[in-house]
Amino acid sequence: MAFDKFWAWFHRMGSPKWFYEISGRWIPWFATATIVLLTVGAVWSLAFAPQDYQQGNSFRIIYIHVPAAILAQSIFFSMALCGAIGLIWKMKVADMVAKSCAPIGASMTFIALFTGAVWGKPTWGAWWVWDARLTSMLILLFLYFGVIALQSAFDSKQSAARASAILSLVGVVNIPIIKYSVEWWNTLHQPATFKLTEKPAMPMEMWLPLLIMVIGFYCFFATVLMMRTRNEILEREKRTQWVQGLLSK
Amino acid sequence: MNPKRKKKLILVSAMVAAVGIAVGLVLYALSENINLFYTPTQIADGEAPIGQRIRAGGMVVDGSVKRAPDSLQVQFAVTDYKHEVVVSYTGILPDLFREGQGIVTMGAMDDKGIFQAVEVLAKHDENYMPPEVEAALKASGKTAADYQK
Repeated sequence: MAFDKFWAWFHRMGSPKWFYEISGRWIPWFATATIVLLTVGAVWSLAFAPQDYQQGNSFRIIYIHVPAAILAQSIFFSMALCGAIGLIWKMKVADMVAKSCAPIGASMTFIALFTGAVWGKPTWGAWWVWDARLTSMLILLFLYFGVIALQSAFDSKQSAARASAILSLVGVVNIPIIKYSVEWWNTLHQPATFKLTEKPAMPMEMWLPLLIMVIGFYCFFATVLMMRTRNEILEREKRTQWVQGLLSK
Repeated sequence: MNPKRKKKLILVSAMVAAVGIAVGLVLYALSENINLFYTPTQIADGEAPIGQRIRAGGMVVDGSVKRAPDSLQVQFAVTDYKHEVVVSYTGILPDLFREGQGIVTMGAMDDKGIFQAVEVLAKHDENYMPPEVEAALKASGKTAADYQK
């Protein structure tokens, strides 16, 4: 029964009109959650969380760096998943969501690399080191650029969606490499501090604001993704009756 | 699911699996080159090339740091708790450099078995804690590693 319901929901999600309507109702909630979580998280982490015993205040960059890095990987995974759905089920909405993912993910990857470099200079003594974690993250940025370039390299939306879905699916192999690079090889980058499944390597009063920031970043992604996808839907469906109806209102 | 979609699903999964295996094999073959640094044990076993520029990494041995009184020259030992490598470096060390801290250094082994470093980077571990906690730990004679357990 539950399975049938899932498939019904899945196929309804594939209707641009339905997606447009439901996301219109969801956006205010996600936007509010984003603002509240990011404000609380930023004030808590920057002003109230204790300093680190070795790095002092410069450790606070983790509150931007870690959420951005987590999102960069999650977004790529979502993009590949939507790409696969678009390839297999030929669902137009999935193609549009995948297309909307790419620029957000690229920005997150850039933020993670940039904040990492800024933190690396005082902590390690170097802006950049070619270790496995940093290099695989840079490859992720280039994969995003590749997807964005492919999206605009074709006249036909269908070919663009198919080509970028294939690149995303090939690139998704990089995600576990990023995650486990610090365990498989000797790297300068430290292993994960923020963990959900085990005890985190930091005390509660440092970890809680980080958790809030991570959830806030996810809500931000959801909000922006829905907004971008709605734009994409309006653009592609502009000749349909329901969009014409919206415009004439 | 209709057969056409099923076929495509299998095709897509097979593609991802194939790429995964290919990349996995390449990374396995290259793993020596992907490692950022050699451990003191690898150097002692002769895995690291002599006279070539390499990176060595490990913990700075407690009480091994000797600074020259009239220059920036500093000498210390790096360990992985099995073997030690003596490192000599002239220059400014990163803020996080201290005894017991992990570091990664670039340079080459000279013929006396001393690692002549041209760059020293501090390796930060994943543990974060407030200074009060560290003070309390020190007072009770424990280390940061105990705190995490």
